[in-house]
Amino acid sequence: MAAFDQELDASGLNCPLPILRAKKTLAGLESGQVLRIVATDPGSVKDFEAFAKQTGNELLESGEEGGKFVFLIKKA
Amino acid sequence: MDQKKLAIIATKGTLDWAYPPFILASTAAALGYETQIFFTFYGLQLVRKDLDLKVSPLGNPGMPMPMGMDKWFPVLGTALPGMETVMTAMMKKKMKDKGVASIEELRELCQEAEVKMIACQMTVDLFDFNSSDFIDGLEFGGAATFFEFAGESDICLYI
Repeated sequence: MAAFDQELDASGLNCPLPILRAKKTLAGLESGQVLRIVATDPGSVKDFEAFAKQTGNELLESGEEGGKFVFLIKKA
Repeated sequence: MDQKKLAIIATKGTLDWAYPPFILASTAAALGYETQIFFTFYGLQLVRKDLDLKVSPLGNPGMPMPMGMDKWFPVLGTALPGMETVMTAMMKKKMKDKGVASIEELRELCQEAEVKMIACQMTVDLFDFNSSDFIDGLEFGGAATFFEFAGESDICLYI
């Protein structure tokens, strides 16, 4: 998995909390920095795709690691 | 690109129906929408300082109940005293166990995200509520106030 600037653990949280926490964390990052998000909500896979598409932040990677969902989002 | 707008009318005051307006409003705000919720009739319960929301199995055949009770439990049984309290407690526990946010938390997230909340003045008066019963930052207005924003919205939902 590629490098990242900050990590957000959204394990155990359900819709829409992973998205809301990610949005809040991204607000504290600089443009171009990368946020790594770990989630357990299966709905978050489609949701982070949709989030990236609608906010312009780029979804660099979306995958599974040790039974959890992991996303890399680059701030626009 | 112009900022998109979401307008919601929240009319229901039970724990289950408190979720859609706050989930959609907070998510829309996170996606960059300008969002407004107009609370009317029982929806006013959702903006009271002290939330006391309940879920009722009464007249709600779609509600899953523990131990398959929804299959054999007599419909009239759902009207028994205390059923509402029991079902509410069970629902809250289930939500907590599954990592679903509380209404208090979602409402706070909406406030942080500057979701504009408006209480229907007519129903506030109808039910003899005081403006001090409600959360800070709540505005009061009528149907025309709602249309001022809703008329320019991209999405308008009645919940």
